[in-house]
Amino acid sequence: MTTYAAAILEAHTYLLDNHADVFVIGQGLWSPWYVGATMDGLDTKYGQDRIIDTPVSEQATTGAAVGAALMGGRPIVVHPRVDFAVLAMDQMVNQAAKWSGMFGDGHGVPALFRTIINRGGSQGAQHSQSLHSWFAHIPGLRVIMPATAADARDLLIAGVLSNDPVVYLDDRWCYEAEEELPPVTELDLASIKPAALRDGEDITIVANGFSTQLALQAAKLADEEGISASVIDLRVINPIDFTPVIDDVRRTGRLLAVDGGWASCGMAGEVLASVVEELQPKELMASPTRRTLPFASAPSGQSLEADYYPSAEMVLSDIRRVVS
Amino acid sequence: MPEGRSLPLSNSDYFDPDWAFTDVDTTGLESTLVRDWYEKMVIVRKTEQKIAALVETGEAICPCHLAIGQEAVPVGLSHLLTPSDAVFGAHRSHAHFLALGGSIHQLFAEILGKSSGCSHGLGGSMHLTDRSIGFIGSVPIVGATIPIATGAGLQAKREGKGNVAVSYFGDGATEEGVFHESLNLSSVHDLPVVYVCENNLYSSHMYITQRQPELSTTRYAKAHGIDSAIVDGNDVAAVSKAAHELIDQARQTGRPGYLEAVTYRWLGHVGHRSDVDVGVKRTGDLEKWRKRDPIARLASTLEVSVTDEINDSVATAVDSALDLARLDPSPEGDLVQNTVYAR
Repeated sequence: MTTYAAAILEAHTYLLDNHADVFVIGQGLWSPWYVGATMDGLDTKYGQDRIIDTPVSEQATTGAAVGAALMGGRPIVVHPRVDFAVLAMDQMVNQAAKWSGMFGDGHGVPALFRTIINRGGSQGAQHSQSLHSWFAHIPGLRVIMPATAADARDLLIAGVLSNDPVVYLDDRWCYEAEEELPPVTELDLASIKPAALRDGEDITIVANGFSTQLALQAAKLADEEGISASVIDLRVINPIDFTPVIDDVRRTGRLLAVDGGWASCGMAGEVLASVVEELQPKELMASPTRRTLPFASAPSGQSLEADYYPSAEMVLSDIRRVVS
Repeated sequence: MPEGRSLPLSNSDYFDPDWAFTDVDTTGLESTLVRDWYEKMVIVRKTEQKIAALVETGEAICPCHLAIGQEAVPVGLSHLLTPSDAVFGAHRSHAHFLALGGSIHQLFAEILGKSSGCSHGLGGSMHLTDRSIGFIGSVPIVGATIPIATGAGLQAKREGKGNVAVSYFGDGATEEGVFHESLNLSSVHDLPVVYVCENNLYSSHMYITQRQPELSTTRYAKAHGIDSAIVDGNDVAAVSKAAHELIDQARQTGRPGYLEAVTYRWLGHVGHRSDVDVGVKRTGDLEKWRKRDPIARLASTLEVSVTDEINDSVATAVDSALDLARLDPSPEGDLVQNTVYAR
């Protein structure tokens, strides 16, 4: 069995062993407790010229990765919390995402920006965000949100080997999830579609990242109540091919989107809109709904925090409401 | 001198519009190099004058930031580079592109939004590229290409072939945080990047002492442990000499360098006019700076017959390039959707 965290480490090892143009740059890489068990030993195994720890300069580090990528490198940039990647938004959104479309010369920016979602633990408002929807708004970026150990490994590899700029958001709440992994295969990131992780008849639950694990837990609980829920994991949230989602909702007639971000202009709303605009009203048996964070910044206090994050029980109550 | 804070003692007279500037010293230089510098500067000047005319008539719509008066900086530097080096510019980069040998026709076509443009009509004046000459790209977010050039230096270091990266920016960009982050990064990681600050004393309408406590920006290089030089940016030979030392050092030792070329833009921040630019009134200074014209100063070292011939041939080439660009087709409509992701 391989955990999600170990799968990320395995992806790094695979890439560094098999692709000489790959290197890793970011903060904390020579003291990798910053990133859980996902980078243990890489600096000693591959050397500090290839696993590059940096000054406290998110923007310059990210920009340097963009420049290296334009000149033939395949950098992985590590932002141990997505909150800090906000400091580098110009390089990701204005530069990397637009390079192909600004110049039209066929050159993308093959850099992968790994921005870790690191919630809970009383870390408070600036250490706990899930800002994936920002990146999903931007043409030119490809955005990966792995929910499973297999995707954590194989989509990281696919993202690094993509010729486009990629934002990869792994979630520390997923790190202990484990499964048997087959040998690595190099996938084409552009071909990755949402995947049904569970088949059901009564409702379609659509989620991404850790929310997919919540959805699976809630679906299992619902099953005990006689409600059969399918769970679709988006996997790649930009660009998204919604066809598998639309097909499934057409079958179940009900839709619940679960997302770890806020509702306003977020992924859950995008799921609802993208499905609803493809269906006839009569194809829906209930109003689609979404479960997201409350519209507030994350608190630090433990009791407040416990109420703040969606739980499997909350998702279950949403399932009951939609199906009833 | 425009109003603002009282001037500190500068480390150079270069900033003083009343400075009695010196002759361009071409002693010991190959005559073909000097002739080539002159021709390149005239190409930049005449092409930009034509672009100004296109802006004035409305034929060019996209924002055009012209570098008339600043030609000596990229022309003095570009002959030291090869297409394997990586050069990055900013919003005012026609001169950077042309000095490296970029096509006048492709530049006009880009500004007119034609498919034959250097960026296929997607970019306009502010997004130029031509990898065949080592000009990787220019963008108008101030300071944004400074870390990107730094990363090109990182990749050059990783490849170990002695290539360098060049980052052009203005004095305004040194007020961006990422400029300082980038200098620090290249210094601690020994990256072969030459930072070229074209200090033209203005950021948009703001004179430098309204924005910074000193006129020269070389103090930032010193703060980050990077070797620097300051030169009269309107003296092509002086630019070349200083750039040569810094580029050679970057190639041989991998250390970054910082070149500040003091110059002056004759036109406003954007567009074709010199007399009105978001409140700038600087007529007296401009007249003094026009006497420091980098082209006229180099012309004085050449035979009149030589400069006349170059002036005529460049004028013809610029006219033909524009005629050609005007006839070129617009891009196909699906180009926008087809270039969101890499091919």
